[in-house]
Amino acid sequence: MTDATTENAAFFVRRETLPQEAAPLSVAGPLAWVRANLFSGPVNTILTLVCAYIVVTSLPEIIRFYFLDAVWTGSNRDACLAEKVGRPVGACWAYVADRFQYFVYGSYPVTQRWRVNIVFAMFALGVVWLLWNNAPLKKLGAFFFFVLLPISAYILLLGGPGAQNLLRYLIIATVALAGVYMVLSFAPSLLGFYTGAAQLAVEHELPPWKRFYRPKRLILMALVAFGLIAILDQSIGLPRVDTGLWGGMTVTFLIAAVGIVFSLPLGVVLALGRRSRLPIIQLLSVIFIEFVRGVPLITVLFMANTMLPLFVPQEWSPDRLLRPLVGVALFAAAYMAEVIRGGLQAIPKGQYEGAMSLGLGYWNMMRLIILPQALRIVIPGIVNTFIGLFKDTTLVTIVGIFDFLRTIEATLVDPTWATPTTRATGYAFAAIFYFLCCWGMSRYSISVERRLAAGQRR
Amino acid sequence: MKKFMAVAIAGLGLAMTATVATAQAPATLAQVKSRGILNCGSNTGLAGFGVPDAQGNWQGLDVDYCRAISAAIFNDPTKVKFIPLSAKDRFTALQSGEVDVLVRNSTWTMSRDTALGLLFTGVNYYDGQGFMVRKKLGVTSALQLSGASVCTQQGTTTELNLADFFRANNLKYEVVAFASSDETVKAYDAGRCDAFTTDASGLYAERLKLTAPDDHMVLPEIISKEPLGPATRNTDAQWFNLVKWVHFAMLNAEELGVTKANVDEMLKSSNPEIKRLLGTEGKFGEAIGLTPDWAYRIVKQVGNYGESFEKNVGQGSLLKIARGQNGLWTKGGLQYAPPVR
Repeated sequence: MTDATTENAAFFVRRETLPQEAAPLSVAGPLAWVRANLFSGPVNTILTLVCAYIVVTSLPEIIRFYFLDAVWTGSNRDACLAEKVGRPVGACWAYVADRFQYFVYGSYPVTQRWRVNIVFAMFALGVVWLLWNNAPLKKLGAFFFFVLLPISAYILLLGGPGAQNLLRYLIIATVALAGVYMVLSFAPSLLGFYTGAAQLAVEHELPPWKRFYRPKRLILMALVAFGLIAILDQSIGLPRVDTGLWGGMTVTFLIAAVGIVFSLPLGVVLALGRRSRLPIIQLLSVIFIEFVRGVPLITVLFMANTMLPLFVPQEWSPDRLLRPLVGVALFAAAYMAEVIRGGLQAIPKGQYEGAMSLGLGYWNMMRLIILPQALRIVIPGIVNTFIGLFKDTTLVTIVGIFDFLRTIEATLVDPTWATPTTRATGYAFAAIFYFLCCWGMSRYSISVERRLAAGQRR
Repeated sequence: MKKFMAVAIAGLGLAMTATVATAQAPATLAQVKSRGILNCGSNTGLAGFGVPDAQGNWQGLDVDYCRAISAAIFNDPTKVKFIPLSAKDRFTALQSGEVDVLVRNSTWTMSRDTALGLLFTGVNYYDGQGFMVRKKLGVTSALQLSGASVCTQQGTTTELNLADFFRANNLKYEVVAFASSDETVKAYDAGRCDAFTTDASGLYAERLKLTAPDDHMVLPEIISKEPLGPATRNTDAQWFNLVKWVHFAMLNAEELGVTKANVDEMLKSSNPEIKRLLGTEGKFGEAIGLTPDWAYRIVKQVGNYGESFEKNVGQGSLLKIARGQNGLWTKGGLQYAPPVR
């Protein structure tokens, strides 16, 4: 290096940092985004143009029909008739508002609808309790949702002497259990044969009111729930409401909830059965799964509601709503079993061997090691089945059950609201309802997946 | 193992039904009375015949028939359980005993009356295929429809009746057929064809869905026979008679001028026919297993046939169907009831 070159080099040395230049338009900013995402090649360009054309032509029309020209208030068809209103009429939302009660409750007697509302509120509470990650006392919530809610819903929705007797027995049983635990609190050694010495020693350490606090908490909650229902029964009364009068969203949610709640455990059992090494259990599981998957749901429903009454004497014939409930639950269970079996097969053999080498028996191995991993893998599949099940509930209309979609169709023939746009409005409302429910389920499943897969992220 | 169980259960079921079927010819009336409620097979929704209102209560001509039976038996028109049945499972539900009576605008045909083991008790609505046209066409009779294009639903008897009618009358026509009834109405509304055809009661209901209902009219010709009526099982003559006479009672009441409003005054009437009908003279109701005032209960709580007709499908409703063939025989219609004596 010579002096001259250093002098020359120094001439080019910058004393201060240049202000940062904006990235060139071709790699950053909205224009670049558009180019990269919408017009990155000839195929994408054509697709973009086609989609843009569809949106531009249909969206203003949809907005005009469903919002700008829509009728929001009114009490009969005159409100939605163009010649009566004197302007072009779009969607007739007044019709949805007028019949909304019917869409929710069906023919459930007006004076008894508070019972449905209570069940809806309990359902919402249970769902929030279980689905909200930070909610306290999750196990209590599970007990509430899977045991107390179905029993309370049965008693509240159906009512009548049968339900009242059941309520009476339940209260007696709960009080008896409470008595047993009262005694056990003061003499825990009576339960020694069940808990084992170690657990017993722990319980002995605690003051009496803290002993066995888990089961006691469940019993207390059951007592409160049944007690409240009994008070309602005594003060307002719970006359029987025949299932033939149930309808609307109530029935849709009922069928979906029963299907979802029963199909998952039943599916797990069937999946384990199909992979079992015991030949009879395996055979029975395979027969059930393959048979149910081999027939359409409509056939099952027809069999239940049209053929079954021919085989069974009238007095023995199960309730008309109960039959599709059982049918849907069993049907969903078969599909669920195959989804879960997929998860079981994805678990490496080492997990089974590791569990066995720890000395775990079959059920503990499944409960603690295999199923938690297997179920996590197949969450998308499980939710997929749930969403399919939710939409399949509409099939019960063909056997005369008035689910949500059927209540809409029933009002469409009613001359009170017969207008050219009623049908488009009714089906749009149904679409919004089903979309919100299915979308909610799918969003929730994504969040669960993210949470459970946190340790697996690569 | 499972197969064996299934066979055993099926066999047991068959044996059960066999014993039940032979041991007792089921007396439907006794069953209904002990159950305390009438199971009525009803429509899943048909304008004017059975539609739920905003509160979810069923309203309609067929619904009133069920309520009338309930009123006659229990003196209470609300003791009815409506079991909505689709067209496919309606007759099976009746045969299996799941419903006591089927009042679901079913057409009375020979095969249904004989081979299916059912008995139609009568006709509570004479329906038939009709035509709707635009008023500005200036057509007043279906016979003037030569050269017209007619909108109809594909693959139905409606399409066949249409062909028969035009061929029999040597008229030229063009069929514009659609898969669903909704599409058909839309096409007619949009002016794709000159006339629209379906059952007359349906025409009045569909007319309300047009953009300008008042610009359209239903032509007087009826080109097919669709006698709609209730059906019972053919194993129980007493029940069959009961259901049949509920309709006759409503007709006789209309003929004699007994209405929901004046039925209490009519109890004091000196007209022997009214006396026999309302049970102030004779005990005619006992022959069908009811009380002598059975017809009084029906008229008091549901009304006579004319009242029910006008309220549900006639001038008191949005459908505004003319009595026409469903008028009393004294007024040129077909509704005719044997006397109570």
